[in-house]
Amino acid sequence: MTDAAAKIAQPATGGGTMRFPAGKALRLDSGATLAPLEIAYNTYGELNADKSNAVLICHALTLDQHVASVHPTTGKLGWWTRAVGPGKPIDTNRYFVICSNVIGGCMGSTGPASIDPAAGAPYGLTFPVITIGDMVRAQAMLIEALGIKSLFAVIGGSMGGMQVLQWAADYPEKLFSAICIAGAPRHSAQNIAFHEVGRQAIMADPDWRAGAYDQAGTRPEKGLAVARMAAHITYLSEAALQRKFGRELQRDGLSWGFDADFQVESYLRHQGTSFVDRFDANSYLYITRAMDYFDLSAQYGGSLTQAFHRARMVKFCVLSFSSDWLYPTSQSREVVRALNAAGCRASFAEIESDKGHDAFLLDEPQLDATLRGFLSAQAHSRGLA
Amino acid sequence: MSGLREDFREILRLVRPGARVLDVGCGEGELLELLTREKSVDGQGLEISQAGVSACLAKGLAVVQGDGDSDLDYFPTRSFDYAILSRTLQQMRDPAHVLSELLRIAEQAVVSVPNFGHWRVRWALLAKGRMPETKALPEPWWSTPNIHLCTLRDFTELCRELDLRIDACAALSNGKTARSIDPQRPIENWRSETGLFLLSRRAEPSAAPPVDLLGEALPQEITEPSAKRRRKRAGA
Repeated sequence: MTDAAAKIAQPATGGGTMRFPAGKALRLDSGATLAPLEIAYNTYGELNADKSNAVLICHALTLDQHVASVHPTTGKLGWWTRAVGPGKPIDTNRYFVICSNVIGGCMGSTGPASIDPAAGAPYGLTFPVITIGDMVRAQAMLIEALGIKSLFAVIGGSMGGMQVLQWAADYPEKLFSAICIAGAPRHSAQNIAFHEVGRQAIMADPDWRAGAYDQAGTRPEKGLAVARMAAHITYLSEAALQRKFGRELQRDGLSWGFDADFQVESYLRHQGTSFVDRFDANSYLYITRAMDYFDLSAQYGGSLTQAFHRARMVKFCVLSFSSDWLYPTSQSREVVRALNAAGCRASFAEIESDKGHDAFLLDEPQLDATLRGFLSAQAHSRGLA
Repeated sequence: MSGLREDFREILRLVRPGARVLDVGCGEGELLELLTREKSVDGQGLEISQAGVSACLAKGLAVVQGDGDSDLDYFPTRSFDYAILSRTLQQMRDPAHVLSELLRIAEQAVVSVPNFGHWRVRWALLAKGRMPETKALPEPWWSTPNIHLCTLRDFTELCRELDLRIDACAALSNGKTARSIDPQRPIENWRSETGLFLLSRRAEPSAAPPVDLLGEALPQEITEPSAKRRRKRAGA
């Protein structure tokens, strides 16, 4: 544990791994099934007597269930410690917070690195292609197994926001409120293009071994690091990169070679190499594919409004960031218009920030105030203490 | 409830308890908060400024950051009982479209407009030859957001053209209690600083001639309750 971690009050943490037997297989959108299914999850705070204060947090592409507690691999604080904890906007003194690792992930839930019982070896590329809808269906199984009939709120940023929208479309009767931050109703051509660069980098690494690197005793670290570097640029705004690095050099003078002369190069290389310590290359392929396949309106006859037709009782909050060019405000606005057209009550704000897509994880006081205000009002109308 | 903005007090009086209310240009949500507290309305705001939206969200109000000129089109028909547009119509790019949209979205609209026919405005232009700056219109011409100013007479004329019915009208004048008025009377176009209107759409004419339970054609006056009022107003 780092010093910083020691200083922050840790919420009461629970969780573990929910195991579903072969008889309770996960039905996948591709038509395949996944069994046995394991879902690794963390919980923070206490579930109240009538089980009405549960909040599900859906994590982004490379994050995991360690929202507000120290990460077991990196030793760093949970990824959303600034928003989740005692007295925080998502207050663990009031709410019972659940976050599960998505299926296809690599932090304990069933994914391509899990053992395929039929083969007695890791799935690798025999793991079925999954979707955002599949991730949400697995979460719904977990929530049910925890004995929770209705979630007070489902909250997520980025890919987590896509899951929030999917939840609202598929399980509106299980939701009281929903918060979608820096999300999108579908992946754009540009989104898919960037993901494809990442996947090709991984698959071009000779250590990838057609996905069977575990058996070969190798790891496609170079490819995964390049994938991360490319993706990381999309998470930041041009202004943020410029402000942070400009053309600053690592050392005095140029090397007249291909070392990391510029600080921004060094930063990206660090992002790449530290990522491979905590992430699995095949998981990266599968989860990015799930995001690329995501198109909520396509699942509902081409109409996003139709997707939300059953969600009229759910209270929505949609947030975007002004400098996010990965999932820009126009996409959140499309969601809000569809919600309005479907007769749903929705709040929407574009938060002014120059930090790009990653702003949802960073110090944005306005995001905190908005989360707190929205959740408190919803807690009041649900009669939560 | 002294210290309450006069138009808010009047709107509070007009709105039915428990109604679904859309407040277009809701600012920091003062009116929505008031209506929620006093009339238990199911409220939704639309606000263009980020500061306003943040304030509303922190108060727990439902608010969409957006533009009355372009975002009303996305709300479904008859999804609200009231749509409120307080002192904002004159800032819209297309006031006629906005009015039509308000009354598509809601059963009734509450619209207040500063009256450019008020004697102070007329006097400022006539005597000084300058663009008027009054309590209701405080900004100089070069920084005012008001791009479509009108008089009470202009406004009632637009309502007639859009086939909207004026269900009630009150004059709001600086610091005084709201006064119920007939906006058609020329004197009101001189002495009202701001007009607050409760509007609804005239009954849609049905394709088939209306009949009673026995299949007899109904007299025109029963099927068109606004006809009488319209004649009366025309004669006034």
